[in-house]
Amino acid sequence: MTQGVATAPLPQPAKPGRSYDLPQSGWMKARERLAWLLVAPSILVVVLVALYPLLQSFRLSFTNARFGSTRPELYVGFDNYARLAQDNVFISALGHTLVFTVASVAIETILGIAVALIINSNFNGRGVVRTSMLIPWAIPTVVSSQLWRFMYNQDNGVINDVLVNRLGILSSPVAWIANPSTSLSAIIAVDVWKTTPFMALLLLAGLQIIPGDVYEAATVDGASKWQQFWQITLPLLKPALLVALIFRTLDAFRVFDVVFVMKGAALDTITLAIYARQTMIDEQYLGRGAAASVFIFFCIALLVIVYSRLVRVEET
Amino acid sequence: MHGHDSSSSPVGRLVAESLTGHLSRREIMKRGIALGLSGPVIGMILSAQQRSALAQDATPAGQEVGWSIVVPEGLRTDLPGARVRAVLTSSAHPDRPWQEAAMRIFSEATGITTEFVPGEESATDRLAIYNQQLGAQSSDNDIYQIDVIWPGIVAQHAVDLNQSLADLAALHFPAIVENNSVDGALVGMPWYTDAGLLYYRSDLLEEYGFENPPETWDELQEQAQAIQDGESADNASFRGFVWQGNAYEGLTCNALEWQFSSGGGRIIEPDGTVTVNNPQAIAAFDRARNWVETISPEDVTTFNEPSSLNAFAPGNAAFMRNWPYAYSVTQAPDSPLVGMVGVTQLPMGDGEGATHAATLGGWQLMVSNYSQNQEAAIEFVKYMCSPELEKAFTIERSHSPTISAVYDDPEVIELQEFLARLKPVFEGGAVARPSTVTADLYNSASIAYHTRVNQILTGQIDGAAGAAEIEAELQDIMAELGY
Repeated sequence: MTQGVATAPLPQPAKPGRSYDLPQSGWMKARERLAWLLVAPSILVVVLVALYPLLQSFRLSFTNARFGSTRPELYVGFDNYARLAQDNVFISALGHTLVFTVASVAIETILGIAVALIINSNFNGRGVVRTSMLIPWAIPTVVSSQLWRFMYNQDNGVINDVLVNRLGILSSPVAWIANPSTSLSAIIAVDVWKTTPFMALLLLAGLQIIPGDVYEAATVDGASKWQQFWQITLPLLKPALLVALIFRTLDAFRVFDVVFVMKGAALDTITLAIYARQTMIDEQYLGRGAAASVFIFFCIALLVIVYSRLVRVEET
Repeated sequence: MHGHDSSSSPVGRLVAESLTGHLSRREIMKRGIALGLSGPVIGMILSAQQRSALAQDATPAGQEVGWSIVVPEGLRTDLPGARVRAVLTSSAHPDRPWQEAAMRIFSEATGITTEFVPGEESATDRLAIYNQQLGAQSSDNDIYQIDVIWPGIVAQHAVDLNQSLADLAALHFPAIVENNSVDGALVGMPWYTDAGLLYYRSDLLEEYGFENPPETWDELQEQAQAIQDGESADNASFRGFVWQGNAYEGLTCNALEWQFSSGGGRIIEPDGTVTVNNPQAIAAFDRARNWVETISPEDVTTFNEPSSLNAFAPGNAAFMRNWPYAYSVTQAPDSPLVGMVGVTQLPMGDGEGATHAATLGGWQLMVSNYSQNQEAAIEFVKYMCSPELEKAFTIERSHSPTISAVYDDPEVIELQEFLARLKPVFEGGAVARPSTVTADLYNSASIAYHTRVNQILTGQIDGAAGAAEIEAELQDIMAELGY
């Protein structure tokens, strides 16, 4: 939703600093009007599909509205938010969401950098590798989650077969998804498998704009490959890395599909988005579910602010 | 469905004809003997015929879907041109052709135009869509197929069918009619019913020396363990008992059976008392927790109905808890378990108040308050839920009817012998989930219940702590309802 705002072409009537010493000609005014006219459809769409639902969610979160009920809704102040704070399920959903976000994004970033560095180097069959590595990203999450569910299966799953029968690392099969001590990690692994290619692709774009002569100069100065990575590659990759991190963190914080397909709303893996859906749709507490959604919105807004600060620091 | 290439020889013709279900057993035997066939061969033809009759689709070859539908008498014909839209089964469901055929026949008989509107496949999604449409007071659809636990949720949007169809309601099982009544109003007319059943491998029971299927949960544990110990030598993934342990509505059904069969109450009693935190219920939860580590796969805590059937149908389990639909799957022509599966009522617990228990399921038809064609819609419900139509639905689609007399119908007994035998389970034996007393908060109550029971099963909390938490949450919900 926020992407829509960012990419909408904003009108730029004149360059600042110069506009005041130029007379505001009729031509300029007409140009400005035209600019507004041209962006009006985009603004209208954003207002309809993003702003209106958002304001509705805010409004509903202060009411006792019930989904599917014709009963008039009442204003209840901050009741819904107070209930969330006392709800153990909400707290554990918040915990799982944070663990999922931090762990999956951290692992995806490290693996993504590694993969990007590998496919940025010259070797035979690079094109094939680049294309094929995108396969996990191309499969719809609902499908790949179901596939992983089969692979994790205790009795017939390939993962247990490899670990127990082929490699002998485990003595007996593990119910990866059913066992509460492994379920969240198993789901994080699926997300890492799926999203690392996306991360790698964004970082590859960043790597390709680093000019080769910087490395030549460093080699002449006697810097090792390791020093080159830390002193050159990483600092120059930072803008691309931050953009990739923003995308992935926001996505991970709203995670729904992979967890829902594998575990439903079970308490050992429930996330904020699943909690909000369950409260709003299954339990029909529209107001309380809206409060949870508003909470997610503010968390994400906070993350965006922090990241954009980091980007700005980078620019100055 | 059945190949007719073999019908050139007299024997082939006899086999083909017997598979259509047109020949009686006596006729097959007479003609078999006349052809000089030996006893075992005639026996094979007979059992093939029986299997084909049991398989899902009992439509005889060459006959239209809906062949067994007889239009009930007394339908109104003074509403020609009225139009009703009914949300029935999902778009790809095997029941759809039959339902559409029934609608066509209704239109021909009454002049009322009907339109089939497919519903969502998952019950949860279906309810979400219903809530959206009904909450907005939409008049798009006139009739909705509703789950047995929804009357309390949708009551505010439903036409009271007692006003017009009280005579018809009197023919249906009183327990199900009661379940569909909210504050004296009949929210939905019973259409077909379901109940939890115990499936067992009769061949394995015999092989391991058990004469009868288990009567109690302890016997089930004992038999399942013995068979699992023996079978797992050859088949490492063989398990004693599979059921539905995922945190969803299906676990509410399973756990209600465990606690009610042990005298632990029905979660919330009709008077609003919460009955979960008692020694019998806690013992029942702990017993199930113990299965997870012994006779059931650890994965069972993520199982739903299809996943339990996936373990049972290929022969990887000795016992299974499931709904009646599973029977025809295990007896389909390509199933490895044809003739090796028995069905009985679920075991009972021990101690005071112990009994056999099966959770009540099934579907009803509701007329929307916002319908512009209520009279025509009521007429359609009257038709679909009549003894004639329930009988046809039973014969052709093997659903369990909600009218007692249909079970005793000779044609039903002949074609759906398995269902007819289960009449006692459906007739008053099934225990209803507490959906009437919790009204539109039923889902909250069920979620509180099954998420905690799932935590007990996965060992995150013990039975006593879980029962206490469920009790506290359910008491909050009951307080919200004014109890």
